[in-house]
Amino acid sequence: MPADVFADVQPVPGVAKPDPVLVVDGVNRHFGGLVAVDIDHLEVQRGTITGLIGPNGAGKTTLFNLLTGFDTPNGGTWSFSGNDLVGLPAYRVARLGMVRTFQLTKALMKLTVMDNMKLGATGQSGEKVFGALLPWRWREKEKEIEARAEVLLERFTLAHMRDELAGTLSGGQRKLLELARALMVEPTLIMLDEPMAGVNPALTESLLVHIKALRDEGMSVVFIEHDMDVIMDISDWILVMAEGKLIAEGGPADVAANPAVIDAYLGEHHGEAATPENEVVESEGEDGDG
Amino acid sequence: MDFDIVRSFVDAMRSAFGTSAVLFALAGVGLNVMFGYTGLLNFGHVGSLLVGGYGTAITVNLGGPLWLGILIGITAAVLLGLLYGLPTVRLREDYLAIVTIAAAEILRLLTRSSALEPLTQGVFGIQKFADNFYDLNPFPRGSYGVWRITWDANTLWAIVVGWLLVALCVWLVWMLTRAPWGRVLKAIREDEDAARSLGKNVFGYKLQSLAIGGAIGALAGVFFAVQSQSVNPDSFQPIFTFLAYAVVILGGPGRALGPVVGSILFWFLLSFTEAVLRQAVSAGFIPDWLLTAQEVAAVRWILVGLGLMLLITFRPQGLLGSREETLIDAR
Repeated sequence: MPADVFADVQPVPGVAKPDPVLVVDGVNRHFGGLVAVDIDHLEVQRGTITGLIGPNGAGKTTLFNLLTGFDTPNGGTWSFSGNDLVGLPAYRVARLGMVRTFQLTKALMKLTVMDNMKLGATGQSGEKVFGALLPWRWREKEKEIEARAEVLLERFTLAHMRDELAGTLSGGQRKLLELARALMVEPTLIMLDEPMAGVNPALTESLLVHIKALRDEGMSVVFIEHDMDVIMDISDWILVMAEGKLIAEGGPADVAANPAVIDAYLGEHHGEAATPENEVVESEGEDGDG
Repeated sequence: MDFDIVRSFVDAMRSAFGTSAVLFALAGVGLNVMFGYTGLLNFGHVGSLLVGGYGTAITVNLGGPLWLGILIGITAAVLLGLLYGLPTVRLREDYLAIVTIAAAEILRLLTRSSALEPLTQGVFGIQKFADNFYDLNPFPRGSYGVWRITWDANTLWAIVVGWLLVALCVWLVWMLTRAPWGRVLKAIREDEDAARSLGKNVFGYKLQSLAIGGAIGALAGVFFAVQSQSVNPDSFQPIFTFLAYAVVILGGPGRALGPVVGSILFWFLLSFTEAVLRQAVSAGFIPDWLLTAQEVAAVRWILVGLGLMLLITFRPQGLLGSREETLIDAR
């Protein structure tokens, strides 16, 4: 079980992991005077589900953008599976096997569900401008891709929608499609930005099952989420950010009991009486970040 | 003069398949690659035509052969497309529109400037450089056509070559866009960040789209220059680009045949309206206080503009577009 991996890891911010898939050093991003992200050191363990939490404005999505090449940090280095990612454009990061999804779902509305899926595939020579003119050279590959897409669509219960335009899907189905499409890239690390936001409880449950299945197949998952029940249920390890910094990390129990986390969510001068678990759960709907 | 609706129809048909329709079909096919498939708002498309036309005219004028001129014109347009693409590395769509419209105007003002007069002959333009093209005309002197819709031998030659070029370009665009390459373009049109997150080099695809669209635009410019044996800076006004947009939208953006259908219909309507109005005025059906013969040319634009507005309202997907796709926009 992946939980054992963390047996010897102390729950302190920036702690080293036995087999890190992602290593971040000194990555920081300023917007004018505002420090959006300032991470001294951060490691993500391979083959686990790592939750990234923090109050609104903590810099979680900005960190995702920086690590995946969608934004450029003011400084710092980071690497994925031993590949230095500094200065790499987003598409190269994705091709290395580190694929992200977005907080606001980006289904390609006017493409069919199947075309959305096929787009995720890599190594299709027909995507090159001259290769496109030689259909006999990309048709075989296209069939292969389609077969792979069929399996994923089946798994994500979207098979019946394969020929519909993605714009006709419900919000929840779009979330599923985005996840399935990301898997077409064959990632080894998948970064999910609020995959459960705006999704009904039944679908949340099935997304949880899917995400756990990804880990069990050996994939590493990092995901941003606000729902504490979800976080505590699914995460092997939790990273907590506030005001751009990594303020805490640890297993679910460690984090729930960590006073720094409660401070970040409720402000430093909250009452001392309540039990930590309750307070963390209660704070999930709040906007303020202290 | 009697009112003769058949004659109006004949005039309109001649226009719908004539040189102007070829010109706008070609220009539209190029624009469709950039705007219809990739979602790039290139408002300087006429710049590609200018570069194609002038590339040909200047080369021949300096003593080069016609084929070399055409090659130079198209190459220059590809380079222009890549140049247009540079700002898209960091800028959003609307900025591309501003940059390209300005670039096309700069090109037009340069060709008309006295500094470049030795090359471009300034406002007078360059004439009579395509005799070699008409030397190849296989049609003997005479009048050709179907029924009363006829052209003289030289015009027919230009039209035949022109529509063959249109067919070739449409085929090329169709081949490219039904392939996985086209799927990536459409994905970029829908959401370029999604394409990026799936490992697609969005900038590279945009450059390819601008280069291919520009090359087809240049071919339109070459056709225009060679067919009329003349290039002049003021033939390449920004309005041309907007009419080309009208043609693409009329036919249905993102459909390989869309611009062709759009161009034929556009020129049919424009000429038919004019011919009918002219005859109605001269036959006395429309009183002088309402419309005089001199005003017809302006009024037809108003009517065609009105028609386009109605089309956008009631058939926003264009003639060949898919209703289903357009409805999704409303969400």
